[in-house]
Amino acid sequence: MTAVTHDEHHHDEPPKGFKRWLYSTNHKDIGTMYLIFALVMLFLGGGMAMLIRAELYMPGLQIVDPDLYNNLVTDHALIMVFGLVMPAAAGMANWMIPMMIGAPDMALPRMNNMSFWLLPAAAILLVLSLVVQFIPGTGVPVNTGWTLYPPLSVQVGLGMDLLIFTVHLLGISSIMASINIVTTILNMRAPGMPMMKMPLFVWSWFFTGLLLIIIMPVLAGGVTMLLFDRHFGTSFFDAAGGGDPVLFQHLFWFFGHPEVYVLLLPSIGVLGLVIPTFSRKPLFGYKPLVYFMGFLFTLGLIVWAHHQYTIGMSLGVTMYFMIGTILISIPVGLMIFNFIFTMWRGSMTFETPMLFAIAIILMFSFAGVTGVMLAVVPADLQYHDTMFVVAHFHYALIPGAVFGLYAGVFYWLPKWTGHMYDEKLGKIFFWWTTLSFNVTFFPQHFSGLAGMPRRIVDYNSMYIEFNQISTIGAIAFGLSHLLFLYIIIKTVKGGEKAPDKPWEGSQIGTTGLEWTLPSPPPFHSFTTPPEIK
Amino acid sequence: MPKPKAILSALTSIVLLMFTGSAFAAYELNLPTPAAPLTQQMFDLHMLTTKIATIIMIVIIVIVVYAIFKFRKSKDYQADQNFHTGAFGTWSWILVPVIVLGIDLTIAGSASDALKQVEDYSQKNDVTIKVIGSQWKWTYEYMDDDIRVVSNILPEEKAGDNYLRAVDNPLVLPVNKRIRLLHTASDVIHAWWVPEIAYKKDAIPGYINETWTNIQKEGTYRGQCAELCGTGHAYMPIVVEAVSQEKYDAWKARQKAAKAAALAEASSDKVWSKDELMSKGKTVYETSCAACHQVNGEGIPGVFAALKGSKIATGDKAKHIDVVLNGVSGTAMAPWGAQLNDLEIAAVVTYERNAWGNNANDTVQPADIKSARK
Repeated sequence: MTAVTHDEHHHDEPPKGFKRWLYSTNHKDIGTMYLIFALVMLFLGGGMAMLIRAELYMPGLQIVDPDLYNNLVTDHALIMVFGLVMPAAAGMANWMIPMMIGAPDMALPRMNNMSFWLLPAAAILLVLSLVVQFIPGTGVPVNTGWTLYPPLSVQVGLGMDLLIFTVHLLGISSIMASINIVTTILNMRAPGMPMMKMPLFVWSWFFTGLLLIIIMPVLAGGVTMLLFDRHFGTSFFDAAGGGDPVLFQHLFWFFGHPEVYVLLLPSIGVLGLVIPTFSRKPLFGYKPLVYFMGFLFTLGLIVWAHHQYTIGMSLGVTMYFMIGTILISIPVGLMIFNFIFTMWRGSMTFETPMLFAIAIILMFSFAGVTGVMLAVVPADLQYHDTMFVVAHFHYALIPGAVFGLYAGVFYWLPKWTGHMYDEKLGKIFFWWTTLSFNVTFFPQHFSGLAGMPRRIVDYNSMYIEFNQISTIGAIAFGLSHLLFLYIIIKTVKGGEKAPDKPWEGSQIGTTGLEWTLPSPPPFHSFTTPPEIK
Repeated sequence: MPKPKAILSALTSIVLLMFTGSAFAAYELNLPTPAAPLTQQMFDLHMLTTKIATIIMIVIIVIVVYAIFKFRKSKDYQADQNFHTGAFGTWSWILVPVIVLGIDLTIAGSASDALKQVEDYSQKNDVTIKVIGSQWKWTYEYMDDDIRVVSNILPEEKAGDNYLRAVDNPLVLPVNKRIRLLHTASDVIHAWWVPEIAYKKDAIPGYINETWTNIQKEGTYRGQCAELCGTGHAYMPIVVEAVSQEKYDAWKARQKAAKAAALAEASSDKVWSKDELMSKGKTVYETSCAACHQVNGEGIPGVFAALKGSKIATGDKAKHIDVVLNGVSGTAMAPWGAQLNDLEIAAVVTYERNAWGNNANDTVQPADIKSARK
């Protein structure tokens, strides 16, 4: 199969000027906008992380006051979750899923436009919720952490209202994007592409989309009840009025735990393409991977209260959540196992995406084993809300989600831009970012075990060494992303021409149609349904 | 032949562990040594899962590193295109659930034993303490003895190396007694945590959560609030003094005597002189107010208001009393009416109006507070 046959069908050029972007219904343009948005948010959220770590370099208050510190902690989390990982994954879904399954575009292109353009509006509201504290009379800044637990969040001033509306907009945007992706996957597959032949990335987004459709309304409901408690005299979460502060935690984590898999699954999907490509052999155990993703999807929905082991649940309920949580190691273990055995007896080369993939297998496994440690309730009663937890979820989410996206970026950059990225710079970026990541977060396990709570602006001098190592690592980790940005810009601007199949193993073991198109693909791909051998 | 870069990636965490381990051997790398049966059980469980985690990581790293060096194109290794369709490829998916489930059940078995201990409330308790979290201090009520201890952070000048982990009035507990702790909060959610002797359980307004402990060793145990509770979250430490039964009884007797004396003094109709009020007020200020407003009355700009030269502390007396008694809603200023008696509030208001160059030049008597409370 070559792409030449498709070229003849496409004469239409993209519209010129701002209309191309503002009115876009093209999955590739919208995908690009999602990715650019995520890149901007990466630097915004990363900048906040730098401030947080700089403040923690020394005991005492040097840079920010306690409320601003906790506001930065709150916004760093929200930006990285809703601004970086989800839009970046959605951008890749927009770009790749129609091309993989042989669809002309997304199923609902206008809704696609709206679900993207809600994001900049949400980002503006979020930034407003941060800066509004500098206007006198707007009350306490959002010092609650991203979990927004009442009653603390009821004490907060105007910033909390802006943040609640931010969450509403983000929720609407993700629900629409998810409906769009799930609909596309179910209805727009080319003839000859049954569900069980779809590339793993498509499967991962199918489950991600379903998860988002289930959980987002619960979060929206929870924060709306919070809004009513704040302004309209209800007392859903106020014990003095007959309400229950813990109810909000259940609503939040019913969203919050599956959200972890929302962040994780698309990256697992990327690994399911990257590892076979650079091992030059088909994915090991495709069917079990799909079924166990479904298992993970189901388990993810019913173990939320392991984030709340300390709220005082009954013995039976705690036991249920503990065992459910420990069982998550089964689907995750299978994924790791299958990825390792995809490499086994392969013929591996180590381009940047593959380096990331291998690092993810190792570092995400590490997050997995500390996850089992945390799942064990009696031990968690010691770890809970310490820096140990911070270290654990950064190991889960940075390798598990963010590095997976980086692997995807390097894997698909040649397809998106038509140029090969600079392999040498890519490898430098990989080593720089992976090593500095470990320097940043590995010591936090120890400061947590030694008793340092999370979300504190000032700490006793006994924790100083670990915090200084961590801050030095964090600054290096942050700076590495300037190189990332440079590599992307350089690749967009020019470079070695990328062939249709930029990787030797591109098409091995997958029926995906993305490599049958030229690099970059035409503005409209597949105006007639392609055939699959 | 390419440099073996991959092994670096694989061993990153191990190298870091050794690096941190050798360079900082003097510092805590693990949970602190437990001093109660429950925390001991948690510690053992933690060591069990840590060992299992380490073994799993070593196995994964060894397999991955071996694969990286063996199955690489630069060594002309030909990919086995049918590996995934053979018997191993078809049936190995059963392996993982079986092995992982085995590990899981091992862990869950010991965990549920420990959990049953944690949740075992059937035994008789020797001492019951109600632990109340509020922004940003802990209050301990000895339910059997009608003693109440308010525990505030000790300012840096006094705490020295223990700053942020030191308080003015610690919780005093006897050793080798079963102690029941009842956790609740007056405003937002807090969490009381002293790693050596007491695990976390949230203090939630409207809830009473129960934990128990039995301290095996005399000593001073330190901890911090573990649930984000607003501006002063980093500034509400916990200190427990574990003492022998005799010392505990003596301490209780002193507390009761002091309380009776203070009550008698506060309720007398005596009119206090300015000097008396100032010296009493200084003590009250430094224990209750200085954590935020600082000993020099200058506060922390942008966070805690300065009292030196402030409008309230130099202006209308009634307004000043109102702020101290009832707090200022929407700010960090807490109401003190329930914690301090009339004499203490009178003294501290007098002190604030006349210290650090503040020159209101008046005194506030306990009678003023009594009428302001109505």
